[in-house]
Amino acid sequence: MTEPAGRRVAIVGGCRTPFAKAGTVFRDVSAVEMARYAARELLVRTEIPPAEVDQVIWGQVIPSVLVPNVAREVSLLPQFPKTIPAYSLNRACASSGTAIADAFDQIRLGEADVILAGGVESLSDVPILHSRRFASILVEAGKAKSISQRLGALLKTRPKDLMPVTPAIAEPSTGESMGQSAEKMAKENHISREAQDAFALRSHQKAAAGTRDGRLTAEIAPYPVPPKFEIMEASDNGIRTDTSLEQLAKLRPVYDRKYGTVTAGNASPLTDGASAVLLMSEEKARSLGYEPIAYVRSYASAAVDPGWQLLMGPAWAVPRALDRAGLSLKEMGLLELHEAFAAQVLSNIQAFESKEFARKNLGRSEAVGQVNWDILNVMGGSIAIGHPFGATGGRIAITLANEMKRRDVQFGLISICAQGGMGFAMVLERR
Amino acid sequence: MSAFTVERDGDVAVVVFDLPGEAVNKFSRAVKDEFRATMDALRSDPSAKGVVIISGKPENFIAGADIEEFVAAKSEDEFRTLSREGQKFLDELAAFPKTVVVAINGACMGGGLEISLACHYRIATSHPKTVLALPETQLGIIPGAGGCNRLPRLVGLRAALDMILSARNIRPDKALKMGLVDEVVHPAILRDVAIRAARAGRVPARLGRPAGLASWFLDGTGPGRAIVLRQARATTLKKSGGHYPALPAAIGVVEYSLARGLELGLVREADVFAGTAMTTVSRRLVEIFFATTALKKDPGVEPPAPAPKPVERLGILGAGFMGAGIAVTAADQAGVSVRMKDADLPRVAKGLKSVAGIIGESVKRRRFHRRDAIRKLALVSGGTDFAGFRRADLVIEAVFEDLEVKRAVLREIESVSPSTIFASNTSTIPIARIAEASKHPETVIGMHFFSPVHRMPLLEVIAAEKTSKDTVVTAVAFGRKMGKTVIVVRDRPGFFINRILSPYMNEAGHLLKEGARIEAIDAAMTAWGFPVGPVTLMDEVGLDVAVKAAGVMHDALGERLAPAISIDALVKSGRMGRKNGKGFFQYQGGKKGAPDEAVYGVLGITAQAAPPAEYDMVARLTLAMLNEAVRALDEGVIRQPRDGDIGAIYGFGYPPFRGGPFRTLDAMGAASAVSTLERLAAKHGPRFTPASMLADLAKRGGRFYPER
Repeated sequence: MTEPAGRRVAIVGGCRTPFAKAGTVFRDVSAVEMARYAARELLVRTEIPPAEVDQVIWGQVIPSVLVPNVAREVSLLPQFPKTIPAYSLNRACASSGTAIADAFDQIRLGEADVILAGGVESLSDVPILHSRRFASILVEAGKAKSISQRLGALLKTRPKDLMPVTPAIAEPSTGESMGQSAEKMAKENHISREAQDAFALRSHQKAAAGTRDGRLTAEIAPYPVPPKFEIMEASDNGIRTDTSLEQLAKLRPVYDRKYGTVTAGNASPLTDGASAVLLMSEEKARSLGYEPIAYVRSYASAAVDPGWQLLMGPAWAVPRALDRAGLSLKEMGLLELHEAFAAQVLSNIQAFESKEFARKNLGRSEAVGQVNWDILNVMGGSIAIGHPFGATGGRIAITLANEMKRRDVQFGLISICAQGGMGFAMVLERR
Repeated sequence: MSAFTVERDGDVAVVVFDLPGEAVNKFSRAVKDEFRATMDALRSDPSAKGVVIISGKPENFIAGADIEEFVAAKSEDEFRTLSREGQKFLDELAAFPKTVVVAINGACMGGGLEISLACHYRIATSHPKTVLALPETQLGIIPGAGGCNRLPRLVGLRAALDMILSARNIRPDKALKMGLVDEVVHPAILRDVAIRAARAGRVPARLGRPAGLASWFLDGTGPGRAIVLRQARATTLKKSGGHYPALPAAIGVVEYSLARGLELGLVREADVFAGTAMTTVSRRLVEIFFATTALKKDPGVEPPAPAPKPVERLGILGAGFMGAGIAVTAADQAGVSVRMKDADLPRVAKGLKSVAGIIGESVKRRRFHRRDAIRKLALVSGGTDFAGFRRADLVIEAVFEDLEVKRAVLREIESVSPSTIFASNTSTIPIARIAEASKHPETVIGMHFFSPVHRMPLLEVIAAEKTSKDTVVTAVAFGRKMGKTVIVVRDRPGFFINRILSPYMNEAGHLLKEGARIEAIDAAMTAWGFPVGPVTLMDEVGLDVAVKAAGVMHDALGERLAPAISIDALVKSGRMGRKNGKGFFQYQGGKKGAPDEAVYGVLGITAQAAPPAEYDMVARLTLAMLNEAVRALDEGVIRQPRDGDIGAIYGFGYPPFRGGPFRTLDAMGAASAVSTLERLAAKHGPRFTPASMLADLAKRGGRFYPER
C-alpha cells in the first residue's frame, strides 16, 4: 500500500442546503445566495475562526452572468476578512468534487492550510440569453452616435430574433443531450427498463430511510424560504417515500418514446442546491482542536470520447484513483456512485465488474472489482436526493464521510460522471 | 493657538483649519478672531487671487460652535453680541473681494455650515462622513450666524425651513440636488478641484430655489411663501406641542428676513438667537446634550475600569420578536455575527423573518442600500441546536419570562460555552436569582432592551451583586456599539425604567377608578409633554405584560403599588393591548382609534359626578413617578441623577424640554414637591408619602444637580 505524497488532508466538516427540484423551494433564491448560505452555515457549525480560511474554491456549472465568480462572493461573506482569495471552477457535474480535489492538492503541497470548498447550482435561475443576432443588434445600437443610427440598428430586429435562448443540457460537440446519451448507454449495455426502475426505487427507499432516521438530514442546514420566510426547509423534496415499481413502470420514456427505457423516474431531476466542505491539513486540524471526519486519500479524473458512451468516464477514473490510493475496490467499505441516470450507474458498475472491459480498455488482466450492493449508495443517490450539478460532488463527499464515521469504515469511494465524457473519482479514508 | 495655516498653490491661498489638540474643528470667538486675521491678510495680499477654505482634520470639516463657550454666556446681551460678532465676520467673508471656495469633507454642522453659506462656492466630498446640517433647534436655539438668513436665499424657503426645523443631516448627493453645495467630488481630488475653482473665480450655476413652477410660486412669491409659512407653523405646533419656542421663532426670523432683507434679517436673527438661548428649554436641551456625551464615555463602573472584552460573535436564545430585534440591531449597528436559537424550526423561521422584515424596511426608507442589506442579513442565522454558540463572546437570552426557564438556558449555555458572558433580557426577574444557577455568576448580567429593539434607543445594563466589572464594561460597550444609550442600574425590582413607570401607570388606574376618562388622562400627559399618555402606554406595553409587571412590583415594593384596577379583568376579556388590536383603545389596521367604552364596564367603573381635574391628574401622575425616581436614586438603582434623567428621556419619551425627572424636581424645588406630595398623601393615601431623600433635600434646601 503506497501512501499519498505530501501532507495529509482532513475533512473536518461539511453541510449543504436542502436539495430542491428546480422551480420549487428555491424558485426565488439565486445560486450565490445558496452558496453563501451553505458556507456561512458551515462556518457556524464548525465554529472555525473565519480568518483561518486561506482559500475558497467553488464549483458551478451554469454561472450567472452577473456573478461569474461565485467563490469570491462566498469569501466576501461578512464573517470573513475581505482578503481571502477565491476562484470558481467548472468540471461539469464533477465541479465540487474537483474543488475538493484542488483543496486537497493545495493543502498537501503546503500552499494552504485551510480551504473552504463547495459547489452550487440553481436551475431555477439559469441565464436566459438573447439570440446571437439580437445581441449584435443591441451592441451596434449601444455604439451608435446618433438617435437615427440607434434606431436604424434596432430596426433590423426581426420577430424571431426576440426568441430567448435557454442553455440546453446537450453536448456542444455532438449535439446529444444527457438523456439521449443515457438512452444510448442503456441500449448498448443492455440495461433493462426493469433494472433501471428497480435501481431508482432503491435510491428513493434508501434516501427516504436516511431522511427518516436523520442520517441524511444531518448534513442539511435548514433554509428559511423566501419571500415569506415562514418555513425552514430541512429536507430534500425530490425523495419519494411512496413510489413503487408499478408507478415507475407507468412513466413514459422521454428520449425514445417507442423503444426507450430512460424515464423521469429513473433519472436525476433538475435540482437547486449548494454544498460546502471544510478541509485542512492534519496538523492544522489538530492545532485547532478538530477531530477529522475523514481524510482525502487520492483522486483521479478521466475523459472518454463524448460521442461514444458519454457517461462512462468513471470506468477509467475509479481504477485510476484506486491505483493512486494503492487500494482495490474490495477494500472499500462504502461506495458512493453518482446517479445521473440509473442506466449510467448500472453501465458503470458493469464496466467495473467486467474482465473484458478491463483487458480491452484499461490494459489490466482483472476486472476493477465486484460491486458490493450492501455498501453502495446506502442513503440513495442523486436520482432521489437530486442533482444540482455544481453541488453534487460536495454533497457526496459529505454524505460519504459522515457515514464512514458512523460505521467506522476505513475506506470509501466516490465516483462521478460528468458532461463532456468525463469521470471523477476520489478515495476517502477514515483514520 | 494657531488653528489656521495658509498654504500656497500658485495664485491661490489655501486656508487650512486645524484646531490644535482637538479631534474635530469647533468654532469659537478665538477661532473666529484668528480666522478673521488670516482673511484680512489675504484681502490685501496681491499674490492671492482666490482663497480655498479647507479642514486639516481627516474626516471633519467643522463640527459646529464650541458649546462650552456657548453655555458660559450668561445674559441675553452676551448672546446677542456673540451672534452679532459672528454675523459681522461672515458678512465680511461674503463680501470678500476675491473668490472664496469652501471645500467640505466630513461633518459640516451649525456654525460650520453658516461659514460655508457665506463663501462664494461650495464643494463637498462624497465621503460617507460628509453631512451638512443646522442642528441648533435641537439645543433649543436658532442658527445665529446668518444661517436663518443665508440658507433660504440659497436653497429656497421650503428646503431652508425643513433643514432648520428638522435639524436633519443632508448627505452630499441631496445637498447637490438642492443647491446647498455646487459640486460633489471624491475626497482625493477635493483640494485640487477647490483650488481650480478659486483660480477660475467660479460662481454657483444657480441661486435661490429649485427650478419649476411650484417652486417659483411657493419659494418665490409672497402668497406662496405665506402658504408655506402657515403650514410650517401648523406642522411645528402639532409636532412639538408648543413646548419648543425656538421652532416658531426660527420660522419668524426666516419670514422676516425674506420680507425685510438681509441686513434687518440679521439683526432680528441675533435678537431671537439671544432670546432662545436664554430659555429654560434651551438650558435643558443643552444639559441633555452634555449628559448624553458624558454617558457615551462612561465605562459603567467606578474607576479603574477594565477594558471591555471585544464581542465579535453574539448568541441569542429565543428567536421571538425581542430576540430577533436584538439580533437585527446587533448585526446592523455593531456588525457582529449573530446566531439565534429557538426550540423548533418554525420559531427560528419566524425570527429570521422579522430580521429580514426590519432590514427590508430600512432599505425601503433608504437608510442603506440593498447591497448593505445582503451583508447585514448574512450576519444573522438561526438554528435549533447550539451550533455557533461555542465561541460566542456574549449570549443574550430572550426566552420565556420564567425564572426556571432562564436558569435552565443559563446552565445549558455554560455547558456549551463555559467562558461566554450570559446576559438576560428579563424585565421582571432579579438577575441574582438567575445567576444562582451559574457556576460563575460574575459573568451573568442583565441587558434590558426595550421593544421594538431596533427603534428604542435605551438599554438598561443590570449589574447584579456578583457581576464582575469586566462583565459590566463589556455589556456597556457592546450596547453602545449597538447604537444604544446605556445606563447601568442596580439589580432591584423593575430596574429603573419599570420601577418609575409602575407607580405612574398605577396612578392612571386610580384616576380611572375615580371616574377620569381614558382620553382625558392621556390628554393631560401629552399636554405636559409626553409623546403618549399612560393609558396608551399600557396598551403599547401589552396588558398581559403590564399585569405581570404590576404584580411583581406590588410584591416587591409593597402597598404603595397595590393595583388600583384589575387590568387582569381586561386581559381575561381578550384585551391584550395594541398587539392584538384590543385594549383600552380600539385599533383598526394597526392604527389607534377611539377609547373602548366597554372598558369601564369590564373594570366595574361607574362614571362619577366629579372626576379629577386636569391639573390634579398631572400632579398625581408626575409626582408618583418623580417620587419613585428619588427612591430609586436613594437605593442606588441608578448611579447618579444624570442616568435617571437620560434613561427616562430615551426609555419612554419623558419630555426632553423638562430635562428628565430630577431636572424637573430641581426646577420645581424639593420643598414645593414635598408639600404637594404631602397634600396628595393626605387626600389619597400614603402612596404619596415623600421619599425620605426628597424630604431631606427639602429640609436642607438642596438640589439633585448643582446650580449652574
